[in-house]
Amino acid sequence: MTPSSSIAAPGATPAPEEHHDHHPSYLVDGTTIKSWVLTVDHKRIGLMFLFWVLLFFLVGGIFALLIRVELLTPGPTIMDAMTYNRTFTLHGLVMIFLFMIPAIPAVFGNFLLPLMLGAKDVAFPRLNLLSLYIYLGGAFLALWGMLNGGLDTGWTFYTPYSAHTTTTVAPVLFGAFIIGFSSIVTGINFIVTVHTMRAPGITWFKMPLFVWAIYATSCIQVLATPVIGLLLCLVTVENLFGFGMFDPARGGDPVLFQHLFWFYSHPAVYIMVLPAFGVMSEVVAAYSRKNIFGYRAVAYSSLGIAFVGFFAWGHHMFVSGQSTFTGGLFGVLTMLVGVFTAIKVFNWVGTVYKGAVDFKTPFAYFCGFLFFTVFGGMTGIALGTVSLDVPWHDTYFVVAHFHFIMVGATIMAFLAALHYWFPKMFGRTYHEGWGLVSAALIILGFNATFIPQFLLGNNGMPRRYYEYPERFQALNVASTAGASLLAFGFIIIAMYLTYALVYGKASGKNPWRSKGYEWLSESPPPTHNFVGPQPVFPEEPHFYVDPKKAEVPDAV
Amino acid sequence: MSELLNDILFLPEAASTFAERIDKLHHFVVGTTMVMSTAVGLAALFFFFRYRRRLPAQATEYVVPTLKTEFLFVSVPLVFFLAWFGIGFRDFTWVTTPPKDAMDVYVMGKQWMWKFSYPEGPNGVNVLHVPANRPVRLLITSRDVLHSFYVPAFRIKMDALPGRYTQIWFEATKPGTYQVLCTEYCGLSHSKMLAEVVVLPEEEYENWIKEQRRGRLQDRQDALADNSLVPPVARMVEQGQVLAGTQGCLKCHSVDGSQHIGPTFLGMYDRVEQLEDGQSIRVDEAYITQSMMDPGAHLVAGYQNVMPTYQGKLQGPETAAIVEYIKSLRTPNVREGASEGPAYDAIQ
Ligand code: HEM
Ligand SMILES: [Cu+2]
Repeated sequence: MTPSSSIAAPGATPAPEEHHDHHPSYLVDGTTIKSWVLTVDHKRIGLMFLFWVLLFFLVGGIFALLIRVELLTPGPTIMDAMTYNRTFTLHGLVMIFLFMIPAIPAVFGNFLLPLMLGAKDVAFPRLNLLSLYIYLGGAFLALWGMLNGGLDTGWTFYTPYSAHTTTTVAPVLFGAFIIGFSSIVTGINFIVTVHTMRAPGITWFKMPLFVWAIYATSCIQVLATPVIGLLLCLVTVENLFGFGMFDPARGGDPVLFQHLFWFYSHPAVYIMVLPAFGVMSEVVAAYSRKNIFGYRAVAYSSLGIAFVGFFAWGHHMFVSGQSTFTGGLFGVLTMLVGVFTAIKVFNWVGTVYKGAVDFKTPFAYFCGFLFFTVFGGMTGIALGTVSLDVPWHDTYFVVAHFHFIMVGATIMAFLAALHYWFPKMFGRTYHEGWGLVSAALIILGFNATFIPQFLLGNNGMPRRYYEYPERFQALNVASTAGASLLAFGFIIIAMYLTYALVYGKASGKNPWRSKGYEWLSESPPPTHNFVGPQPVFPEEPHFYVDPKKAEVPDAV
Repeated sequence: MSELLNDILFLPEAASTFAERIDKLHHFVVGTTMVMSTAVGLAALFFFFRYRRRLPAQATEYVVPTLKTEFLFVSVPLVFFLAWFGIGFRDFTWVTTPPKDAMDVYVMGKQWMWKFSYPEGPNGVNVLHVPANRPVRLLITSRDVLHSFYVPAFRIKMDALPGRYTQIWFEATKPGTYQVLCTEYCGLSHSKMLAEVVVLPEEEYENWIKEQRRGRLQDRQDALADNSLVPPVARMVEQGQVLAGTQGCLKCHSVDGSQHIGPTFLGMYDRVEQLEDGQSIRVDEAYITQSMMDPGAHLVAGYQNVMPTYQGKLQGPETAAIVEYIKSLRTPNVREGASEGPAYDAIQ
């Protein structure tokens, strides 16, 4: 059987001349609508998540561009103030809850985790399907609310404003609450999968680093999401029935809201960025044909970030009136996150040392990722330096910082993953030249969009401003120009990947000659991932040592 | 040099003592960040080139870091991060701890304007007058939702919370006019919630204050003011005294040191109170405000929890006026008071 015999466009009927013992790829094993919408195959669920996540990314992206166009001039440009306030709320909410949080875990985690562990599926396949529908249910409820009445609180829903505003808070918050369940269910499923479904030979320290990252992420999701769920319920009740939990006019405490909110939302940053770190560990190893330099350090630092990530939330509140001592404590704990991230960065660069670098599209994204992580991380440390945060807090500096670290790093990883595993998922290849061109455009566009925003923040422009003093205009124009470049890059990607989906050349089983475990099965894999007896994994992932010279590695 | 750096970094003019500190640390942090990340970036670029793939299936060596390398990876960044943090935290402590001789100004955020009141002077909307080279403490609150008081040129910012006071201080170094922005999203006209700080040389400021007291200068901004918010009596202490009577505070609190249902106001400010739960607390603006809004939160030892909350009954300026009134009742002979707190020396 040649690898290419199992390739077909999604939805195509299998060729009639197939052998009886042939195991069709998961893409063509069942072609009815029902076989997709009721599937329990983790790969199909991952693909459906991919579809929705991309759609929501488009929605969020359109709103981003509207924001940028509005900010082209100091006064009103294309919309009124209320519309603008709703636009940035919609942009933030859609990007965070509907794109970034599920993007890598729900798409690539779902698709790859069982393959990387030599398992047939995740531990609870039906629950997995349920998590997709919970996600969609919550997403549409929230979107419905945002379009019918709209919400102008920003994605942070700070009280007492969110308790007073007359815009539609309840359905949106309830939608976000429902989406939280999807996150929890996916997290539990992954944790159990990692604990119970590893094939013989895959010990904890032979797991691919992507699995480690998803595992750490799932732990955060399971522990932190209930807190925001509870909080969203309380705010909804407060808004609808006038309870006085957070409203000082009724004896409540608005700062309590902030504590609860950031107790989830700070770790949520790592829900977004840890999977990105995992993807990059795979990509850098595969394209430099090297074992990960400090495998254990990278694995442990994921757990470290997940852990200290829970104790850094107060750095969002340095000027909220919390005590000076508390500010200091949260400042120090923030530094620890920086150290764990630094360990990863050094080890990624170390991985390239004595490697064999093939500068393909995903590797280009790795370069962009390295840049965004280093600068995003460093500006994060600067913000954790308590006194510096005083002028920067709630200005465009913060907007630029979080776009660099969580958006930049996550988008780089998402695109790298999409390109690196595209052959795995669809059995086809895309045009490498276009891949590199659009990667360059996107990295350039991203910098051009957000570097001016760092400077805007330095200059003193607060975030969530519809109008701004004249002196901020030049940098805003630069940022908007960068955003158009960025959008252009995404359009190119959408075009050549869609083309590749239909007309792309057959990729073969393992076009990158990668030694990640997932490439041991066919591309695209058959429904049950591996044909024949349960696979065994004798070597550690990304072991590129010449077999004739191979010594048993003792250091790992 | 530092002027040049400020221009490159687009920093606004530095017009307070805190701004000078912040900018120095800012330069240090940006400098080391640039050097460190350039080093990492150059190393990566060098590796990409030096170790490019020559054969499609090229094998590589099995390289792992030594313990020493990993230790370096951890300790070098940690040392830098902690150094930055150390300096930053020192400065933060400095800016959140107003000096005792600071002049007080009450700041109230309201959708969508800033109101300023001086304990013994005028009220103003959207224009704050302060003297140069003198510490000014801002006591900040909000009438409705969250706001945040931000003066880029002074590099200071503090949230305004309804029902509470927060504080920050600054010392302006150059006379001039500086912009105030609101940085906590507060609804429709959040971006129009602008004000300005006018820093005057010391004598000019004194003159200005005198003019205001005489009530001759009609502040051009007064027209904009929401009149219901402007206290009818210009002097906050007097207004506070009236309010303490009309709101019923004086039914339970005496002002002559005699014991009653509640602790006396005489000498209360800056006194250390023994609390019911065994702890003690120094009475300051925050504590007085809290006692009005949430009387049971820190009950003074020996008293019943009978005081009603004034949450929603008192507006920001009224609260401030009562606080000022209580502050005006400072006295050294605190022993006569009802509380068992230790004697104290009045500052002044
Ligand atoms: C073309 C790319 C993008 C542009 C030009 C852009 C622009 C902006 C701007 C100007 C704001 C500030 C709104 C304000 O505070 O007034 C903003 C906020 C935000 N953006 Fe983006 N953005 C882009 C991409 C993204 C992406 C890809 C994500 C996430 C995946 C994202 C997530 C967010 C979030 C979470 C906020 C905070 C919203 C809030 O303040 O309520 N952005 N964006
Ligand atoms: Cu505001």
